[in-house]
Amino acid sequence: MSLAVVLFYAFAIFTVVSAAGVAFSPNVVYSAFALMGTLLGVAAMYVFLAADFVAMAQVLVYIGGILVLMLFAVMLTHRIATANISNRSVGRVPALLIVSGVGLIMGRAIYRTNWVLGTDLPDAPSTYAIGTGFLGTYVLPFELASFVLLAVLVGAVAISRKELRDAQG
Amino acid sequence: MHGISLEHFLTVGLLLFVLGLYTVLTRRNAIGILMGVELILNSANINYVAFARYGGSSTDGQIFAIFVIMLAAAEAAVGLAIVLGIYKNFDSIDVEATDTLRY
Repeated sequence: MSLAVVLFYAFAIFTVVSAAGVAFSPNVVYSAFALMGTLLGVAAMYVFLAADFVAMAQVLVYIGGILVLMLFAVMLTHRIATANISNRSVGRVPALLIVSGVGLIMGRAIYRTNWVLGTDLPDAPSTYAIGTGFLGTYVLPFELASFVLLAVLVGAVAISRKELRDAQG
Repeated sequence: MHGISLEHFLTVGLLLFVLGLYTVLTRRNAIGILMGVELILNSANINYVAFARYGGSSTDGQIFAIFVIMLAAAEAAVGLAIVLGIYKNFDSIDVEATDTLRY
């Protein structure tokens, strides 16, 4: 086995074990930190797939943004002194049945299909192609995305601000 | 490519999806459910990028993955704002406690 294959297995196992930590940890704070390991491992998967820009976007947006937001929400919403901070979960057995059924079907689909593979090109930087794609073929979704982000910004502020009308009226 | 096949990446995506689905199904903590959704989105992204890499020289899959990352950020921002609003009103983020539309 070459070094790349060994590294791939190491990162894949790291990713899946961290995801299992997210799924099975009784404490939601530990889940949030395990999610960081998963997101880093997924970024490593992107590097193995020669997707340099996506890997950097994953680290910047997911770990720098979403994970910090989640940690803030976790710390703001559980009362450390009084409550049990463990998140109780229900229906483990039905959930395991559903999940294993879905997993078996999808695994069968993965290994029974004859995937049509393209030509194996050497790895190259993908930023140029992504940039021209964003301002060429995908310019409409790209502009729509900026509008969605503006709406989200306004919406998140509108939801979480203090309601002043009740105090006045 | 270096002895790593498409099925390897699809298997990682499958395992992430399965674990994310389990998280969504079993958690009663709203933030825990959001974490499961993030796991599922990441598994879909791995599939997008893997198919883009092995299906030819196209970067369309990577562009789709970036759109998914953008929408995940939007979903997390609005979702966590809603969770904080629920916590203010119900004093809990257990999804079984939030059974009324108006408090």
